[in-house]
This record gives sequence, C-alpha cells and structure tokens, in this order.
Amino acid sequence: MEQIGKITWISGPVVRARGSRQVNMLDLVEVGEEHLVGEIIGLEGDTITIQVYEETSRMRPGAPVFTTGLPLSVELGPGLLRSIFDGVQRPLPAIEMRQGAFIRRGVQIPPLDREDRWTFTPRLEAGVDVKGGDILGTVQETAALEHRIMVPPNLEGKLTWIAPEKKFTIEEPIARVKKDHREQELSMLQHWPVRQPRPYRSRGGNAEPLITGQRVMDTFFPLAKGGAAAIPGGFGSGKTVAQHSIAKWADAQVIVYIGCGERGNEMTEVLQEFPHLIDPRSDRPLMERTVLIANTSNMPVAAREASIYTGITIAEYYRDMGYHVALMADSTSRWAEALREISGRLEEMPAEEGYPAYLAARLAEFYERAGAVETLNGKNGSISVIGAVSPAGGDFSEPVTQHTKRFIRTFWALDKSLASARHYPSVNWLDSYSEYLEDVANWWHAQVGQNWFEMRKQAMEILTEENRLSQIVKLVGPDVLPDEQRLVLETARLLREGFLQQSAYDAVDAFSTVQKQIRMLGLILQFHQKAGRIIKLGAPISVIHNLPVVNDLIRMKTAAPNDDLSKLDTIQNEINVQIEQLEAEYL
Amino acid sequence: MSDIAIQGGHEVIGVNRIEGPIIVVENAGTVGYDEVVEIIDSQGQTRVGRVLEVGDEMVVVEVFAGTTGLSIDGTRVRFLGGPFHIAVSEEMLGRVFDSLGNPLDNGPEPLADHYADINGMPINPTARVYPRDYIQTGISTIDGMNTLVRGQKLPLFSGAGLPHDQIATQIVRQATLGTPAGESSRRSEEFAIVFAAMGVSHDVAAHFREAFIEGGALTRVAMFMNLADDPPVERLVTPRSALSLAEYLAFERQMHVLVILTDMTNYCEALRQISNIRGEVPSRKGYPGYLYSDLSSIYERAGRIKSSHGSITQIPILTMPNDDITHPVPDLTGYITEGQIVVDRNLNHQGIYPPIAVLPSLSRLMKDGIGEGHTRDDHSHISSQVYAAYAHVQDVRALSSVIGEEELYSVDKQYLKFGRSFEQKFVNQAATENRSIEQTLELGWDLVSMLPQEELTRVSLDEIKQHYRVEEKDEHGQE
Ligand SMILES: Nc1ncnc2c1ncn2[C@@H]1O[C@H](COP(=O)(O)OP(=O)(O)OP(=O)(O)O)[C@@H](O)[C@H]1O
Ligand SMILES: [Mg+2]
Repeated sequence: MEQIGKITWISGPVVRARGSRQVNMLDLVEVGEEHLVGEIIGLEGDTITIQVYEETSRMRPGAPVFTTGLPLSVELGPGLLRSIFDGVQRPLPAIEMRQGAFIRRGVQIPPLDREDRWTFTPRLEAGVDVKGGDILGTVQETAALEHRIMVPPNLEGKLTWIAPEKKFTIEEPIARVKKDHREQELSMLQHWPVRQPRPYRSRGGNAEPLITGQRVMDTFFPLAKGGAAAIPGGFGSGKTVAQHSIAKWADAQVIVYIGCGERGNEMTEVLQEFPHLIDPRSDRPLMERTVLIANTSNMPVAAREASIYTGITIAEYYRDMGYHVALMADSTSRWAEALREISGRLEEMPAEEGYPAYLAARLAEFYERAGAVETLNGKNGSISVIGAVSPAGGDFSEPVTQHTKRFIRTFWALDKSLASARHYPSVNWLDSYSEYLEDVANWWHAQVGQNWFEMRKQAMEILTEENRLSQIVKLVGPDVLPDEQRLVLETARLLREGFLQQSAYDAVDAFSTVQKQIRMLGLILQFHQKAGRIIKLGAPISVIHNLPVVNDLIRMKTAAPNDDLSKLDTIQNEINVQIEQLEAEYL
Repeated sequence: MSDIAIQGGHEVIGVNRIEGPIIVVENAGTVGYDEVVEIIDSQGQTRVGRVLEVGDEMVVVEVFAGTTGLSIDGTRVRFLGGPFHIAVSEEMLGRVFDSLGNPLDNGPEPLADHYADINGMPINPTARVYPRDYIQTGISTIDGMNTLVRGQKLPLFSGAGLPHDQIATQIVRQATLGTPAGESSRRSEEFAIVFAAMGVSHDVAAHFREAFIEGGALTRVAMFMNLADDPPVERLVTPRSALSLAEYLAFERQMHVLVILTDMTNYCEALRQISNIRGEVPSRKGYPGYLYSDLSSIYERAGRIKSSHGSITQIPILTMPNDDITHPVPDLTGYITEGQIVVDRNLNHQGIYPPIAVLPSLSRLMKDGIGEGHTRDDHSHISSQVYAAYAHVQDVRALSSVIGEEELYSVDKQYLKFGRSFEQKFVNQAATENRSIEQTLELGWDLVSMLPQEELTRVSLDEIKQHYRVEEKDEHGQE
C-alpha cells in the first residue's frame, strides 16, 4: 500500500489530506496509524477529501494516508448467505469473536471466510470458449440455494483448465482462462466495485408479482419482480415490521436485508429469528437464503452511506446467477441523512432541507439498479427493491419521499392514524398505489383462475365509496344513508377488518398464499353482492349486520390456515344458507 | 475527570477567536479530533472543553462551561491528548455528580475501577440479546397496553406542566421484574438507577431526589446533574457520562440498570446552539442535520448483551415544544427509541392520572415480553381489543359532537360509555397504586364486556368464552 499524503483537517467522518495528484476519485484509502478505512470523495489540486468509515476521534493532522488504488468493492463468492456484515462488508460475527460485544475501530477482517471449504462441481470442460457471466460450476451454498460460480463480467477467452469436483477454499484456483497469450487464474472469490452496477444482457418486463404474503400488498398494491416499492411512514407506523414480513415470506430466492441507520435490536431480532423460521417454499430455515447488512444508527455514518451500495451489489451478483432477489433497505431516509451529514461537513451548497442537490440523482441511481433482466448467461434474474422512507414529522411532502416517488412504481403509504388504532399493516388504501396492476394481471389469472383484476377493482370501489360516505356520516350521522349505502359501509368494514388487517405475529395470519387471498376476497364480495339482493327486497341493514356469518368473515384470516382452506368452504356455505333464509323471509 | 487516564498533552497560551461557547486556537501543534481540552482563564480557573474540528493551522474547541471571562491573550489551553474519559465504579451509586463526573455532594472522589470513554462504542448487533423480560410498573396503561421490557428504551413524550416526573418516579418506585399473572413475585432483583438531569429546574431535581429517598433507593442511585442554571454546553456530556456508568454497572457488574434522562429537549437545544454558532447548515427548525445520529449515539446505549446478565433500560423524558409530536426532538426520538409513552394535556385537564394517551403510545418490544410464560396468554389480544375499541370511541365522540349523542346507534352509545369507563377506571389510578398484571388484564376484560360480544373481533372465541363477563351482557346486551 502506497502513502499518498498527510492529513490536514478532521471534522467527524470527513478528513482532508494534502499530497498526491495521482489518486482517483472513489478509491479506497486507509487513514492514520490505525489504518481506518475510507473513500476518496473529493479532489481539488493536491487536496484529497475522504469519508472515513470509522470513528475518527484521536486522529491528528500530519498522520499518513495510504491507498490501495482500487475503488470500494465487495467480496463475492460462497459464504455470503447467512452472513451479517456492516455497511462496508465487515463480518460482524467475526468482529464479535475478536473484539467482544462492542465494535472497536481499526479492525480488518475479510468479509468471507478464507478457511471454509466448498464443494465445487464443474459445469464446463476445458477447451471451450467462455465469456463474462458463463457458469463455470456450482457450489451448494446452503441447502436452499445453489451458488453459481461465474466468469467475471469483463473477462473472456478459452477455458484452459477447470478443477474437478472437489472441496476448495474460495481463494484456491478452480479454473484458468486464456486470452491473447495471457492466462488468468480464477477462484471462487471475486470483487466488484459497489458504486458500479453489474452488467447484464437486457432488461425485461415486469410480468410476475413478488408475492409477499401480505394481503394488502399482493392483492391491492402488488409489486412486480424486478420492480421498486417505497414504504413511507412516520415512526411506529410499521415500516420495519412490513420489511421483516416481506423478508420472511416473499417468494424470492435470495433476500438482502439492509438495516441502514436503524436500531440494533431489530437486527438482533432477525438474527435470532430467521435461523428458526422455515421458508414455506424451500422448507429450509429462512437464514439460508438471507444476507444481512447491519449498519445501525450509532455506527459510523459514512459506512451507513455505503451500506445500500454494498447490499445492492451483492443482490446483483445473485441476480446474475439467474435468481430472483428481493432487497429491503430500512431506511433510505437514514441513508439520505448520511449524505446530508457528509455534504454538510464538506460545506456544500444545500438544496431542500439541507440535503445536497444531488440527492435525487443518487436515489435514482439506487432504484435503477432494481429490475428484471436477462443475465449475461442468458438466464432470467431480478432484483426487487423495497425502500422504507422515514419522513420527518411523518409529512410526505419532504424531499426524500417526494424524490423517491419519482423512481418507484409501488407506493405503500403507511398511516399514523391506522397504526394508532392498531390497524396493521397500516397501509392506507386510498393513498397507496401500484403501477404494476396490468403487468401482473395475467399471472394472477393463470395462478388462481379467477379475475383478480376485476375483483380487486370492485373491492377498491367499495373502499373508495366508504370514504365518500363516511364524510357524509361525519356531518349528518348514519341515519340519512339509504340501506344500500349502509351495506357499502358494512362490506367496507369486512374488507378492512377481515382482509386488510393482518397480524405479523399471528402464526396463521402472518402470511397468506395467493389462493387464500383470492378466496377471502371472493367471499367478501359474494357476501356483498348477495346481501345487496336482500336489501333490494326490503330487508333492513341491521339483519345483514347481525348475520352470524359476518363474524366468520372477520375471523376467517386466522381460522383458515394456508394449507387447509376448508374453513373457507364452510363459510361459503354459511353465506349461502343464511342469505337464502333471509331471501325466503323477504321474498 | 481524571489525570490518570489522560496523560501527556501540551499547552498553548492565547486563543484567536471566542464566540459563544466556542474558541478557535491557531498554531496549536498536533491535536487530535475529539480530544479533551482544559482551558485556564487569567484567574487560574480551569474549565473543560472538547475539540470539534482540527486543521493544520487551527483547532475549534467547545468549552463546556461557556467562555464568559475568557480573554484572547490571557487564556491558556491545555490539550490532554485523548477523548473524554470518566471514572466509573460501583461506589458511585448513592452519589451525586456534575456532568463531568465531579462529586457535588461533598463526598470524596470515588475510587475508579476504570476510566470509560464517555462516547462509548456501538454494541455489535450480533452480541445483543433481544430483550424479552417484562418489567411490571404497576401502571395499567404501561403494563397492559405498552409493556416495558428490560433493556428497552422507552421515552416519555410530555409537555410543560404535565406530570411526567411523577410518572417517572412512580415507575422507579414500583418497577419489578414481571412474573406471569397469578404467580407471586420472584425475589425482586432491584434496579440500580442512573439519573441524568439536563437543564431541569432545582425543583425537578429535588422531586426526583425525594422520590428516591422515599423509595429507599438512594443508595442505588447515581445522579448526574446539569441544572437549568448550569452551563448549557455541559449538557452535551451529561447523558454520556451517565450512560458510561450505566454500561459499566450493567455489562461489567451484571446489574439491571434503569437510566432516566431528563429533559432531552434541553439537550437538543444545547446541540442546536453549538451548531448555529458554527454556522452549520440546519435541517428542520434550526437543528443540525446530524441530530438523529447524535441522539442515536445516546439512545442506542440501551439493551442487553450476551456476555452479561445485566441490562440497561432507558426512560428518557422530553417535553414537546407546543405539545407538537412532529417537532424534531420527539420526532427523531420516536424514530430511534422502541416506542413512546405519550402524556396528554386533555386527560390531565380532566384530572386523570397518569394522563397517558394510549393511542399514540407504543411499546415495540411488548410483543415478545408478554403472553404465556411472561404475563398471560390473552394479553396481546385483549390489549389489541381495548385499543381497537378505544380508537372507535374517538370516531364516535367526533360524530356525537356533530349530531348529538341521542342520534347515535345504540352500540355506539355503548362505545361512549366504554370510553369514559376506560379513562376513569383503567387509565386513572392513584400515584401510589401498584396494580398487578392480573388486575390490569381483568380490568381490561371488565371494560370490553361493556360492549356486545360481536364487537370483540380482536380476541378469540375461546377467550371470549373464558373471560367475557356474561352478567354485564345481560345488563347491556339486550337492545
Ligand atoms: N403487521 C403488523 N402486525 C402486528 N403489529 C404490527 C404490524 N405492523 C406494525 N405493528 C406494530 O407496530 C409497531 C411499530 O412497527 P415498526 O417498528 O415496523 O415501525 P416503523 O415504521 O419501522 O417505525 P420507525 O420508523 O420508528 O422504525 C411494532 O412494534 C408492532 O407492535
Ligand atoms: Mg423501523
């Protein structure tokens, strides 16, 4: 490592040095005698501005600065799954082993274990031509996932040697590729600069929903695989619980969860829970498909800024193998604040609310890395990004929420008043939207054989109508409404309490299959339609309200487990019987 | 403060600029970022400060006690070569200190077990233990609806003139490690208490002191005092000194520590003052953009870790300017802490004590601290039911104020009655009343039994069978 200058100024995570004019923007540096890791974020003449990923107290002017000449990169290879890293990919369990319960600075431990041995199974034979993305061989990284060892994106040539099926560490050679007389040795360990998106062949459409098991999301405001969603909401409105639920139940093959400037205990919760939760699809512990990045609020702010890039680069790597990856970032606002904090130390000209003018551009770059693609090796892979947003004062007009809205197409607006009434998830059905409805309609039709699009539309109409009617009720009371309209209120209640509300902590209710979702919705709509007939016959709304099946409809979410929907058949029957009885009475 | 921990350093005579609590020293030689500084005025009096920014040619220092009486030429500045450390030891329980750890009670300097960097270090998330043991406070709105857990950070969001101090002292007096409903209390492990006052009045400090004496807790309390007439900048250090001791007691001495920080709003104002003087770009209401990170460096120093049985439970108190929960101080606090207990002016006007507004209150760690084996199996459902019903009461009240109570549906009239009883019987309790978890949960069932069974959709049918008061139903059930 080469010395490039000496420190001249320190203010929190930002350090200036004077020295070489040969260094590159965004190169990785090590600062001071303790070799704290940082990144070059500004160059002017011989002045080098650096953001440091560790606590800078005690650092002094005059101390040396070194560089590796490489940009901030992540390590990619078997062993990523089940890991938990900080924002610059330092392995937290290894840090704990070395340093104990508290994170001290200056620790340098490689992200991926150098001793672990993985069974490499070759997929190609020596002699063939290979290019970036080609799958050399595979490793069963966890029982849930086959890790595909690929030729690095920018390399091509003739495969001159490939290892036989055998156990290797990630640093041992497993193949050699020759181009123009230069032979390059490949191991299972690769690097990629975090701020540079990994290449793919082409972008595809968003035809398949990312099923989250959360009814209000899947049925009402779906996110497509390869799409981007935002969950904005004031404190305590349920962003983290929603992100955790998605991480647990989404039908993605790999989950990258980034705790970006949030609570330590929330990461601990995931760490303690995921190894014991079984993924309903692979039948394996959820941890086997999960990579965690934890840069909590009290960890250095520059590493928080880096954390989302670290996360999305890892996501791209698995996408490139041909997997569907879902990435959660909780919270993108804390990342934006890290930008603001560093920008402030640099005394840059602020735009809105002290955020730098490039906030929108950075957000766009991040969300653009979501997408469904055809990978370099011709497979279909995707990254769905779900970003939590924590608006100051819960006010969505602030810059981070507003800019984010330009780059996402599913908006799950959390609502403080729903949350305080303990209506969870507190997704407000009037303020939320999804622009993927048409894209995923065919998928639904093929899966459940019913017209999801139409049913969803009907339900939304009832909820919208409820909103209009309750404005009237608030002014003059419910009595002025004709019974047909009061039925709308009644059905809307069924939708809210019976369908939209979903407890993340109830063993049966935490996750609903699409089959269960559509059946539940169908029952409520059927009830509405049949009750409408009875009302037309002149029955008062109170007889509808008092039907025992109303209570069944509200409780069906917990009464019918995903793998046994027979309870829903019973309810279906009850609707028929009870309505028929009324019909006989009023006909 | 010690000279054992911090050795070496060098001295500079004369400073170049003095502005508010900030001094700028040029040509100070090598100085480290965040280093402690002693500032000696022309009378030979020493005060303490800290390096905020350091460059080749100049050093920016914040002076905790303020710069009154400092002159450009007559001031000597001694750089002590490292960040601020405070002596910590078990002996500090029962004592009173200033923000920097100097005794205020005329007692001797406590013997230091060791010196702790007041900034602490972040706890590795892999080393944490997720908090699950509930603390019984004897207050129904907390135990029943917003259960506090050992190792949680749960602030009181209050307003000027509201009884947050009484609530805090009632918690301190009554807090015991919870046991499942019906079981007798385990040998109660007593909490050590670390109390940090930031800019509060002498009356408030005296209130806490008396409460500690009454509760027989004084020997278990260490107090760090920065009162209203003490230097504001020193407030930036008070909670950090207090938490350094708390960490020592919890993680090295295996104690359960309850930390009370009051008033965080004063702390934030001091931070804003320094930021404004330095000409930093403000974010909202003049507070610096790093307020969130700064507050989290305090609040995240709560919790439990694998290597110790101890725990740090934090109860920060803050007064919301204008009772505005969206003000940056409560807002950013709420984004970091694990819930909040909101003290409400309206309830207080109605004479209800403790005037805790349950709807905006929240305990995020409640879910794992309650239920079978912790409190009672129906706890989460009954509390959610009470929440849902009381939320509906708010709508009914709004409607009733427009169309009149007479025009309401009969079930909504029942809700109104439920709402009143809830406030008077459940929320309201004496400052000395220590309710068991069983009493609180039963009270919850008494109340929801005022509503027709069909309305209770948050509890299971079995739970209704087991707990719903049928007598009540005969009275009200027929419409
Ligand atoms: N689906 C749900 N089911 C049950 N409870 C929920 C659900 N969603 C949220 N909650 C409740 O709301 C509380 C707050 O949720 P959460 O921690 O996700 O809020 P948040 O929006 O992430 O807040 P912050 O911005 O402060 O991090 C949870 O602790 C839980 O009690
Ligand atoms: Mg959260």
